[in-house]
Amino acid sequence: MNFSTDVQASVVAVLPEILMTVLAVVVLGLDVLWPGERRRDLGYLAGFGLLAIAGMIWLPGLAPQKELSGQLVFGGMVRHDELAEIFRAMVIVAGGLSCLISMGVPRLRDRGDYYALVIVSVIGASLMSAAADLIMVFIALETASITLYLLAGYLRDDDRSAEAGLKYFLFGAFASAIMLYGLSLLYGFTGETNLYKLGRALAAGDLNDAPVLIAMMLIVVGFGFKISAVPFHFWTPDVYEGAPTPITSLLSTASKAASFGLLLRFLLAVFPPPDLLDAVESVTDYSEYWVQLVVVMSVVTMSLGNLLALVQTNIKRLLAYSSIAQAGYMLIGVAAIATDRSADGAAAVAFYMFMYVLTNTLAFGVVIIFSNATGSDQISDLGGLSRRNRWLGLAMTLALLSLAGIPPAAGFIGKFLVFRAAVDANLTWLALVGVINVIIGLYYYLVIVKVMYMNDSPDDQPITVSTPYGWALGISAAGVLLLGTLLVSPLINWATDAAQSLYVLL
Amino acid sequence: MVITFSGVLTGILLTPVIGAIVILLLDDESKEQARIIAALATGITLLLALGVFLGYSVDDANAAATAAAEAVTDEAAAAEGEVVEPYFAFEDHVQWVESLGISWHLGVDGISAPMVLLTALAGFAGVLISWGIQDRVREFMAFFLLLVAGVYGVFMAVDLFVLFFFYELSIFPMYFLIVIWGWPVTREYAAMKLTLYILIGSVVALVGLLALYFKAGAATGVYSFDFVDLNIAAQQGVFDTPFLGGWSAVTTARLWFPAIFIGFGVLAGLWPFHNWSPDGHVAAPTAVSMIHAGVLMKLGAFSALRVGVQLLPEGAKAHLPWIIVLAAVNVVYGALIAMRQRDFKYVIGFSSVSHMGLVTMGFATMNLTGMTGAGMQMFSHGVMTALFFACVGMVYDRAHTRDIPSLGGFVQKLPMVAVAFIVGGFVSMGMPGLSGFVAEFPIFIGLWKGPGFMPDPDWVLDSFNYYGAIALITALGIIITAAYVLRVVGQVFFGEFDSKRFPHITTITLYDKIALGLLMFWLVLLGVYPRLMAPMIESGVRPIVSMLGG
Repeated sequence: MNFSTDVQASVVAVLPEILMTVLAVVVLGLDVLWPGERRRDLGYLAGFGLLAIAGMIWLPGLAPQKELSGQLVFGGMVRHDELAEIFRAMVIVAGGLSCLISMGVPRLRDRGDYYALVIVSVIGASLMSAAADLIMVFIALETASITLYLLAGYLRDDDRSAEAGLKYFLFGAFASAIMLYGLSLLYGFTGETNLYKLGRALAAGDLNDAPVLIAMMLIVVGFGFKISAVPFHFWTPDVYEGAPTPITSLLSTASKAASFGLLLRFLLAVFPPPDLLDAVESVTDYSEYWVQLVVVMSVVTMSLGNLLALVQTNIKRLLAYSSIAQAGYMLIGVAAIATDRSADGAAAVAFYMFMYVLTNTLAFGVVIIFSNATGSDQISDLGGLSRRNRWLGLAMTLALLSLAGIPPAAGFIGKFLVFRAAVDANLTWLALVGVINVIIGLYYYLVIVKVMYMNDSPDDQPITVSTPYGWALGISAAGVLLLGTLLVSPLINWATDAAQSLYVLL
Repeated sequence: MVITFSGVLTGILLTPVIGAIVILLLDDESKEQARIIAALATGITLLLALGVFLGYSVDDANAAATAAAEAVTDEAAAAEGEVVEPYFAFEDHVQWVESLGISWHLGVDGISAPMVLLTALAGFAGVLISWGIQDRVREFMAFFLLLVAGVYGVFMAVDLFVLFFFYELSIFPMYFLIVIWGWPVTREYAAMKLTLYILIGSVVALVGLLALYFKAGAATGVYSFDFVDLNIAAQQGVFDTPFLGGWSAVTTARLWFPAIFIGFGVLAGLWPFHNWSPDGHVAAPTAVSMIHAGVLMKLGAFSALRVGVQLLPEGAKAHLPWIIVLAAVNVVYGALIAMRQRDFKYVIGFSSVSHMGLVTMGFATMNLTGMTGAGMQMFSHGVMTALFFACVGMVYDRAHTRDIPSLGGFVQKLPMVAVAFIVGGFVSMGMPGLSGFVAEFPIFIGLWKGPGFMPDPDWVLDSFNYYGAIALITALGIIITAAYVLRVVGQVFFGEFDSKRFPHITTITLYDKIALGLLMFWLVLLGVYPRLMAPMIESGVRPIVSMLGG
């Protein structure tokens, strides 16, 4: 296997990250130079800067090369393919929108260091989806995680935020250590760090199964923590509730998207089904094991997430359990990738994640506006939201319908694709479990809608939406609506391209 | 990529959507504008739907269907696997998601053209009857138009993904309309119950459809949700092979038919999954009850026919003979429960359950007469029940009670409502000269005839006249129907009027009169001139019956 030594290709492959680094430095510099009241505009700079960088991915000159050897750059550290491209686009968009919705939160909005931390976290997340080497995997993961620990506890004088930061850090550090142990075992077995070489060495290595499976499980635990899959989800509700809401949004979108991108690549590259290797001699197949693991995790995650969401009274905790359940649906798609060769499963995950990023940003954006106006995160206090600002009511309804999977929101197509992939991969029973969960989910999403439209609020003052929120909510609402109707086809094609690049292991 | 595009059906579908968007952009004070825009949008679609109904050429459809029948009977052609493309008129066919085989494919056949007209009638009448709503008019009208658009989408969908898209799209406006403007006592419970029941049924059917999609795709190499492609695959016998190898008796058709038929049957009120429907009808505001019982329940029956029977004829042959028992329970049990109700609106709610049983029963006869009757019944019951709910709403709005024993003598105050209700009642009893007769009579004839593929030597129940026995039991339901209709008419509209209890009964508005007149007109018209619709439905049913070997 050869790596590209083309310097220009290497630079192009990480150009978004280079630009984001520049952006972070500029934000930090202006934080010093600009007077206090102007610093709020740093949010515009960071937000629209990130969105512009995300938009650059479509520039023709930056498209990935065709062969794998051309895609593996920086000595095999980074793979520049369509999968990296689509996941990178969603994490950068998620970061940009999070910056915009930070601009209404007191004690965050005028802090340059806050915006710079968000950007650095996005750099880490963005590299995760492109990482093709154990070293890069871990560095990217930690860049994203450590900044998120800081951000979750950013409001130091708020007890709940401080608690969230500490909790996230303790759980996260523990999970990272477990995962690192797994990674180091893999290195020990094979002496390779590049994921693709590692996968071939493992398959051909004639190793004892048990230690490899232990390493696999340790790594899956690490991923399980990042995507908040049951039983590694315990941190999620507390951290989501306590962290500043824009960071909750970032945690549930960028961090999760990057982890799913990495999970897809890692499982298929390191533990590939044998037919993908074109191997002459017989090789060991570890893929059955992780499919089992993922299937079990998926069933437990969606069922438990949905059931616990039923009893929540705090909107942020409810969205936390809902995001656990949503991770369960996406794991259905991950379980399908080992057996289907039409790339349906991975494409479904990519599509689902893309629409989920926009949907969740929309939901959390509304939550911030509403808790600023009422000083509460309780669902019962959402009463009368539709009378106080009908566009906010509609936006939240759209987000909830998308999460529930009801057309015309994009969530319908996302769920449809995931179940389709499951049926295609002969996992019809898993699709049926998913379907039952969709119905449970619909119940609690509709209850929120009912509260917004039916219940009265003590205070009937209209709620105004400031400009940055107008942008963030407008972009995400338009995305959710269009991706569910007119733009379904382009995104599915992009996701399918991305998914197909996943199967190129040579 | 555009394949064919006549634009009429897309126009019918998009007019209410555009109307809803315009209404949402108005400010809160513009109540009258919202009503006018809603009336305009539904009025335009009514005209377009009339155009579709009258412009549908029965001759073209019959030509296609005759070819289909010949192909099936001609052994040599059948052996070569000759298939006939199902016929659709007014097609709009544009690529949507090419990589998944999804296209924006709309069209109407002989069964769906009357359904489109029914939706237009109930939608227009619903807007007129809702003129008096004062609370959040703007949102009411917008959601109502979205609901109507969703219903149109299902009836006109040729691509089955589009069918599902609109099936589920109609769920959330329904929920809103009931939970915000419904009857305060039960609206939250009823709206949630209805939504969950319908969604459970539809997602189970969706998994079944996905199974068919992959089966057909693997066999023919073309992965497509288009009904035309799937129907051709069905004619080639793709779904009659064992589903997972091993048991040869468990074919795709036999395995998935119950999931699809009963999944959609939930929305058609099929016993024992009918429980959401009376609660939902009663809790909904008048216009929504009209759409709901009048049109939405037909959505279930229609989708069960289109996705279930038309794609899986072998499954239908295997399962409909026992599903017909559920339908018979529907008819008799629904009527008995209706008899026992004190609440005026619950009577009508259970009568819908009872009448929808006749539709399922008509499908289950699997012969031309019975299925045509089922198609007629869908239209006739839709108009009739919309009329019923309109009448109930008008009485309730004035009397503020629906308790049958405490009402009485309303013919003096609301003569037109009384007339409308009596017309609806006669339709419901199957009185000759009205549309109920021309719908129910063929269903019973069809029942006596039994399915075309009988007598089948393997068919154990054929030793006695199984279908005939069902017909006899079902006839009981008709008698009970007459009893409860007459009881309601007698107690609500005739008898003593209690002027102390109801001092201020105002007359109905002009809009109400137009709506009632419009609905009554169609009931009478079809009763005296059934040829307006019967041949059309027959042309849609004929290819199905020939697939069923009848």
